[in-house]
Amino acid sequence: MLDNLARDEALERDVLTTTVAPPWRGFAPGAWKDTIDVRDFITRNVTPYTGGSAFLAGPSRKTTALRTKVSSLLARERAAKGGVLDADTETFASITAHGPGYIDRDLEVIVGLQTDRPLKRALMPFGGWRMVQKGLEAYGFKASEKLADAFPALRKTHNDGVFDVYGEEALRCRKAGLITGLPDAYGRGRIIGDYRRVALYGVDRLIADKHDQMASLDTPVLDADTLRLREEIAEQIKALDELKRMAERYGFDISLPATTAQEAVQWTYLGYLAAVKEANGAAMSLGRVSTFLDIYIDRDRAEGRLTEEEAQELIDQFVLKLRMVRFLRTPDYDELFSGDPTWVTESIGGMGLDGRPLVTRTSFRMLHTLDTLGPAPEPNLTVLWSEALPEPFKRYCADVSIRSSSIQYENDDLMRPYWGDDYGIACCVSAMRIGKQMQFFGARANLAKTLLYAINGGRDEKSGVQVAPAFAPITDDVLNYDTVVEKFEVMMDWLARAYINALNAIHYMHDKYMYERLEMALHDRDVLRTMACGIAGLSVVADSLSAIKHAKVSVFRDGRGLATDFAIEGDYPAFGNNDDRVDSIASWVIETFMDKLRCQETYRDALPTQSVLTITSNVVYGKKTGSTPDGRKAGEPFAPGANPMHGRDSKGALASMASMAKLPYAHSQDGISYTFTIVPTALGPTETERVSNLAGMLDGYFAEGGHHMNINVFDRATLLEAMDHPELYPQLTIRVSGYAVNFVKLTREQQLDVIGRTFHDKH
Amino acid sequence: MTNIDRLLSPASMTGAEGDSSSPCGEGWVHSVETCGAADGPGLRYVVFLSGCPLRCRYCHNPDTWHMRDGHGERADALVADLGRYAGFLKRTGGGLTLSGGEPLVQPAFCRALFRGAKGLGLHTALDTSGFLGTQADTALLADIDLVLLDIKAFNEETYQALTGGSLGPTLAFAERLATLGKPVWLRYVLVPGLTDDRAEIAALAAYAAALGNVERVDVLPYHDLGAHKWALLNKTYRLADTNPPTEVETQRVRDIFDRHLPRAA
Repeated sequence: MLDNLARDEALERDVLTTTVAPPWRGFAPGAWKDTIDVRDFITRNVTPYTGGSAFLAGPSRKTTALRTKVSSLLARERAAKGGVLDADTETFASITAHGPGYIDRDLEVIVGLQTDRPLKRALMPFGGWRMVQKGLEAYGFKASEKLADAFPALRKTHNDGVFDVYGEEALRCRKAGLITGLPDAYGRGRIIGDYRRVALYGVDRLIADKHDQMASLDTPVLDADTLRLREEIAEQIKALDELKRMAERYGFDISLPATTAQEAVQWTYLGYLAAVKEANGAAMSLGRVSTFLDIYIDRDRAEGRLTEEEAQELIDQFVLKLRMVRFLRTPDYDELFSGDPTWVTESIGGMGLDGRPLVTRTSFRMLHTLDTLGPAPEPNLTVLWSEALPEPFKRYCADVSIRSSSIQYENDDLMRPYWGDDYGIACCVSAMRIGKQMQFFGARANLAKTLLYAINGGRDEKSGVQVAPAFAPITDDVLNYDTVVEKFEVMMDWLARAYINALNAIHYMHDKYMYERLEMALHDRDVLRTMACGIAGLSVVADSLSAIKHAKVSVFRDGRGLATDFAIEGDYPAFGNNDDRVDSIASWVIETFMDKLRCQETYRDALPTQSVLTITSNVVYGKKTGSTPDGRKAGEPFAPGANPMHGRDSKGALASMASMAKLPYAHSQDGISYTFTIVPTALGPTETERVSNLAGMLDGYFAEGGHHMNINVFDRATLLEAMDHPELYPQLTIRVSGYAVNFVKLTREQQLDVIGRTFHDKH
Repeated sequence: MTNIDRLLSPASMTGAEGDSSSPCGEGWVHSVETCGAADGPGLRYVVFLSGCPLRCRYCHNPDTWHMRDGHGERADALVADLGRYAGFLKRTGGGLTLSGGEPLVQPAFCRALFRGAKGLGLHTALDTSGFLGTQADTALLADIDLVLLDIKAFNEETYQALTGGSLGPTLAFAERLATLGKPVWLRYVLVPGLTDDRAEIAALAAYAAALGNVERVDVLPYHDLGAHKWALLNKTYRLADTNPPTEVETQRVRDIFDRHLPRAA
């Protein structure tokens, strides 16, 4: 009843101030009008922009004032215990749990907060009640007794469900650190709702579409799969309804499509906001909104409704909100995913299947926020690079990268044949067609440890526990390549099975107890699901096998008979020097493990994929792994992602890139992460030369087949200075493995790891 | 016998360089950097050849003075490796730079490498002191797009004191390049107390301008990052008490060149 009144009021307002024309005025028609098809809308209405950055405007007065307020909030947050400013202890989060929240209503052009106050973390218990308690306690809060009494008794969580069904094997693998970071106690994330649908169609149309889907599933035989999907769609409809109610509290009627650029940005953001109110996935990515929003901004500019400064203001204020998304995590979680990341990944640029660039002025405006608002890790700005992108855009990207170290690049020419021209990146490197595909996030398996298990007959080199089934260990004093490879393959066979079993348990329970209603409401009825596995320690394994093959590796066994150290005589080619003798081993590892994953049966028939990505867990993985045959000592970090091991890529940046570019994307379709750090002068003596060299380097890397590249441009001295004087570097942003962090928010251990990595510094 | 005499004596020219009759050639290489950005336009595959006739006091690569500081490499193998980066290099307008050491200690090897680079369609640059300019014949120069000419001082005495060699051959080479119209980037290392005489710098600038083929001047502030290598080689680093020039001092010298010549850095 109240809802209807609110809607009537809103309609009346429109009638009274009838300056606003129909929402789709001026748009080229197409299939998008009859079916939910944002890609078709973009293709028919986008105006590619091939010029330079001269048109950009600075931040508005309101934005500057708001940024000052946000900066002081962020300073307070950094100073607070564990970097958590405030946490809700009274209310379970949901799309509608909190009333409207503001930073400063008069300054905000785009509104909406996750809770009732900025940077106040919501209480999201469905992943696991214990995690919520641990998280709150770690930062000096306590859940209200009423909730603590009632919740666990009334509601089973995702975490409860998974641990009810986990096999012994999964528990052993977890404990040993063979498989780590599994989303069995937190939200899986890596699902991108198509938030643009909210702006283009309005929520009522989306609800109607969901009702049609429901009807289409009213089949003669209702089997378990159909019933599950029907229940999910019913939940999606409820979530959409809640989204509308949440928007109403902020004074917006989003049942109908957006009519202006301001509304398009606001509607899109409200869709996203509802997702982060409801779900606390590890990565809550945004998708690919810049070029979509550009169509609205362009129309308003043409109609004389919007100045360039106002256009930038919309994007700035949108981004400022995205920078404030927070979740309550536990210290264990922070160790794996350091720096409080949320992976609000926005994919920018790329090429259309029709050969036109999808670069628009708003692609520039989005990157320009790194200037108007200063560098920041979120949103995770990701440029989809193609050699065919307009040169001025490439140069602008390179220029901003050099100044901010806040951008990552992914190869659109490589991914477009797989995923079309309307995919987005979830998290760091995971491409998915927006609104048509999701993934079952599977964290990663430690292949370096797996190699040690192959040598030690399945026993853990640290604890001595028989984690894998007991295979005959290698008893040679000097390792033989063929013997090691044979045993390693057997161990990978076992690992692939144990790994997928664990993931099946996790995602079965996640769907059951922690279903992402709103995100999935912004998807088609039938989505492609991938089972996104991952591997860590690739360069450790490749170098170890290379050392065994090309040098002489002797084994030292301890009193338990476990190989705990190795001695290398002679040189061996190390990954990262464009040397096929070892690069081919790295590719073999990827393809071999992927083939073993492909043999497994997956929950909901998900398509197995894998990534070579570590986030910041390369440090934790290293800590949990004994000495390896490549000469790495027990406890030392792995290289991040697919990177060569620290300092072993000695032939220069291009050799390092050439090795990386050989890794087969076909067998690692969830992404191959490469973090590249170079000191400014090594890119060229002048600014102009640095920009063109970096742009050319990206062209070269991607033309060779490289998938992803984080670009950092700074020198070691800056980082050392920031370690000593964090207060002077609140915005120092660096790219780690697939995302960016505030350097000062990393643990000291991780800071040292970053400083120890290869800096390409040859002049 | 001075170092230079020894180096240029017939005996020292045997060995690797003596193999120059073989079609692929073989030479002495100290190291390779696949991503140089300071030795010519774009990104460069830089081959540091070993062997140098000069003994510059500030040398930051004293470990490249002797040919046998390097290792033997076949030119065709190096060109094949270069080819694996051609895609990267071309996209930045870069290419191959031969540096050292002094590349012209091994002219036949240089010729084979530059020929190979041209075959790959790459830009080529020679980074040289010019002291052995006479070693570069017309065929070699024909395959070079750019010479990075390091004129270490513009006064005979200063030059000798600094390098142990004489200035004459470098100037003769510079003039020959001018006659050929070969593009040159002039490099000048600014060492406080040694090469900071403003009158001398102004004279060099005027000379360079008169050549007509100097496209750019890089004033490189002296740095002591190579000092540790001298210690490793048990050699006395005589500039231990010399500090790098300040940004202001460096800019002042750039301004002198600017008054006469174009400049990019």
